[in-house]
Amino acid sequence: MANQIRKGIIEGTHAAGAGHPGGSLSSAEVFTYLYFEEMNIDPANPKDPDRDRFVLSKGHTAPGLYATLANRGYFPVEDLKTLRHLGSKLQGHPSMQYLPGLDMSSGSLGQGISAAVGMALSAKINHKSYRVYTLLGDGELEEGQVWEASMFAAAKKLDNLVVIVDNNGLQIDGKIEDVNSPYPIDEKFAAFGFHVINVENGNDMGQIDAAFKEARTVKGQPTAIIMKTVKGKGVSFMENQAGWHGKAPNDEQYAVAMDELKKVEEKLCRK
Amino acid sequence: MPEVKKIATRDSYGNALVELGREHDNVVVLDADLAGSTKTAVFRKEFPERHYNAGIAECNMMGVAAGLATTGMVPYASTFAMFAAGRAYEQVRNSIGYPHLNVKIGATHAGISVGEDGASHQCNEDIALMRTIPGMVIINPADDVEARAAVKAAYEHEGPVYMRFGRLAVPVINDRPDYKFEIGKGVLLRDGSDVTILATGLCVSAALDAADKLAADGISARVINIHTIKPIDEEIIIKAAKETGKIVTVEEHSIIGGLGGAVSEVLSEKYPTPVKRIGMNDVYGESGPAGVLLAKYGLDADGIAKTVKEFVK
Repeated sequence: MANQIRKGIIEGTHAAGAGHPGGSLSSAEVFTYLYFEEMNIDPANPKDPDRDRFVLSKGHTAPGLYATLANRGYFPVEDLKTLRHLGSKLQGHPSMQYLPGLDMSSGSLGQGISAAVGMALSAKINHKSYRVYTLLGDGELEEGQVWEASMFAAAKKLDNLVVIVDNNGLQIDGKIEDVNSPYPIDEKFAAFGFHVINVENGNDMGQIDAAFKEARTVKGQPTAIIMKTVKGKGVSFMENQAGWHGKAPNDEQYAVAMDELKKVEEKLCRK
Repeated sequence: MPEVKKIATRDSYGNALVELGREHDNVVVLDADLAGSTKTAVFRKEFPERHYNAGIAECNMMGVAAGLATTGMVPYASTFAMFAAGRAYEQVRNSIGYPHLNVKIGATHAGISVGEDGASHQCNEDIALMRTIPGMVIINPADDVEARAAVKAAYEHEGPVYMRFGRLAVPVINDRPDYKFEIGKGVLLRDGSDVTILATGLCVSAALDAADKLAADGISARVINIHTIKPIDEEIIIKAAKETGKIVTVEEHSIIGGLGGAVSEVLSEKYPTPVKRIGMNDVYGESGPAGVLLAKYGLDADGIAKTVKEFVK
């Protein structure tokens, strides 16, 4: 499924001629895991008050979320080609006004985590058992609001909140440690009162599964899952290239990328 | 003369929240380490399980309010105007305004009547900032009666609302049985034919006193209370322009982008009329007693009367 989502990302950003493939590809496995395995959701009833919530705090990787929602049945996969087009429900960054199934609008970095915290707090106030997940970029951790939200989440003991960090090591201007290092990420979240889980390979489903299972056992504090991932994962020429943060593939690159992903698919099918 | 009852609208805010909390289970109040000053502590006392302190972190508070609103809660996010509209502007714009979430912002300590704290805490720009956010309702109540009505009207309104309250105790002027509050509707308080004074917030009371002084000088001033800056009551403004020919706006806010800006925009497009804007004239405030500051910047009854007199001459 993660491979299908990768194809959707390439399909969307190519048709849009813009978008953010790099960080979308690095998160393909976690998107897949959340929407196909972990979260209690129903595409036919996207407003169910008891559903689990997901906030894409790193909203620029909307192509990844959109491809996931489409493959999960929230809307036709064919619509992914309308990404960023005038009148599309697939806005450049996620907008809940345009797309039912989104739990929050996001895109301005640092803000999504606060909304996720508000949702988790509401569950506590109203004695509901739903869980809230939010995905942040590693560069996003440079925003002070992330730490305001983290302090609050721990102080209010929001153990129904899981903060996921996609640690692909790159941001627009280069390597995160060269721009303004947020490292050590795990120690920071631990110091803020989180239960921290490090995932060595965030593109490995088995490791992701173990991390989220562990998060469910945590009581009295929020969980942070720090995932080492590869930006541009699955498309050879995009992997570990900061240049593919916010650039769409041209026709030739599109063909190469889709070919690579199709080969992976064939290999998977043969297994 | 009987003693005029004075109440700060921040007190009205706290008291109205308690009443609202008794009526509605989904009202939740957030504060940013200022519960004693914003008066949400009154709510906290009765509903500790529905009052959350975000600490000194207003940007996160606005985001948390947004998240709460997505689940059907009606959060009242409270802090000083400087931090609600200023520091957290982008959070209000992107996390609350853009998704049109049902968050109510209670912004206290607006304007120079903050007094001794000085310019860093005297927000004269909040109305201008909030006006630029599509779908945002902005209410600047004149007194206790209106402030309490506004807090309740904000609950009934679906969508984001910015409410502006003051630190200073101000005269109660709307204490009458037929008082009715409606979002977006200006209130004619005194009729007049030579000029119309459109006032908002604590300046409404001063404008009424100014009209008394002007009458003594033979100038008949109409006084209208514009408690809702957005959406603004175009009808009452255009009618006043047609009937009195001259318009003065009075606000404890910059003359750029607030009531004066909003009224000028309406009139320049729909019924060009000479307008005089009274407010903070593109300057910062300073430390001092609130009453002295209001007088220094021409926002007391004498100052308003003087400016109006020169304008209609």
